[in-house]
Amino acid sequence: MKKENNKKPIFLFIGRNDEPIFSKKNRKLLSDPLDDNNPITVQVLGICSALAITVQLKPAIVMTMSVIFVMAASNVIISILRNLIPNRIRIIVFLVVISSLVALVDQFLKAYAYDVSKELSIFIGLIVTNCIVMGRLEAFALGNGVWKSFLDGIGNAIGYGIILIIVAFFRELLGSGNLMGYQVIPDFIYEMGYENNGLMLLSPMALITVGLIIWVQRSRNTNLIEDN
Amino acid sequence: MLEQYLNLFVKSIFIENMVFAYFLGMCSYLAISKTLKNGVGMGFAVIFVLTITVPLNYLIFEYLLSDGALKWIGPEYAELDLSFLSLIMFIAVIASMVQLVEMIVEKFSPALYGSLGIFLPLIAVNCAILGGSLFMQIKDFSGVSEATVYGFGSGVGWFLAIVAIAAIREKIAYSNVPAPLRGLGITFIITGLMALGFMSFMGIKL
Repeated sequence: MKKENNKKPIFLFIGRNDEPIFSKKNRKLLSDPLDDNNPITVQVLGICSALAITVQLKPAIVMTMSVIFVMAASNVIISILRNLIPNRIRIIVFLVVISSLVALVDQFLKAYAYDVSKELSIFIGLIVTNCIVMGRLEAFALGNGVWKSFLDGIGNAIGYGIILIIVAFFRELLGSGNLMGYQVIPDFIYEMGYENNGLMLLSPMALITVGLIIWVQRSRNTNLIEDN
Repeated sequence: MLEQYLNLFVKSIFIENMVFAYFLGMCSYLAISKTLKNGVGMGFAVIFVLTITVPLNYLIFEYLLSDGALKWIGPEYAELDLSFLSLIMFIAVIASMVQLVEMIVEKFSPALYGSLGIFLPLIAVNCAILGGSLFMQIKDFSGVSEATVYGFGSGVGWFLAIVAIAAIREKIAYSNVPAPLRGLGITFIITGLMALGFMSFMGIKL
């Protein structure tokens, strides 16, 4: 008979001790959100910030890194506390945990990357209500072990970041001819009459770009097509 | 005086529309706009909560958190700057206000609760609400009445956006949309086109 206290303490945090850390199921947690279950294009979470800060590549990358940190940390914290949180006040507990982490990121960016933090203005703060964090806490971390929740957080944050970076790449390239602030379209093309498309810098094009990404993704992966 | 409030009101509805200019509250905007009835319910709930939370957060920020705000307690507190706490404070106010509003509405107007009730918990995580408070912090309003007008106007702007997209989505169900674009994809593109339309309001000088 298996005794409960045979478990080494470390496995309390990793999960069942007969399951390898990178089992197939765990790898799926990490890879699924990249395509089949992408938080933005399939789960429809975290759209707000995805659109507003994608004019240039650099803020998009900073935002991605902040979200990866916040999601991984908050998933782990909530997953550790999941048996202690009363169901009725769980939303407030989530918000407190997330907003403390976000305040940490906000202060960090203000100290070490002030110009980027000015550019992102309120959108770092809005990670708090980024539904992607809240959605994964509610849907996953509340019912799963720490290691799994960690992987889920990382996976979803990267899936979110990929879309962010794709959108920002096209908007910066077509809108201002730059990438990461450096000019990439050579001068002779401009001399031949090429013009930057100023429309790409305006907010509506972010929405349309995401719409096109969804179109491409669903043409490739026909399982995702909706009925209506 | 009245003119100034009217300007702010029109500006917050059309020129700085929460959805089309800043993409705030997109998640609930996309998720709840499948039918017009739900869209209207959610829209009213957002107006309601924004009108309450923005002035409340304005008072909290002005008299507790901003640089030197604690002077009224005593001169030794004049140096304190607690504005790094504003994020946590705002979200706590919003979450507790939503809970409170839900309980009050349930008690005094069961009919309203029936139509609004299920949307209220969703509002705590609607970025338009927190966005309203964070913009209020940046905009430096001169008084609590301005903050109220701004909150109400932003709510009305959000309401307009969700009602418009819900009506379009109800109609588009009868159209022949390319299969991979159905549902989410076409909604994104329509929202983009609507945002282009709303950009023409930017020319208005107020």
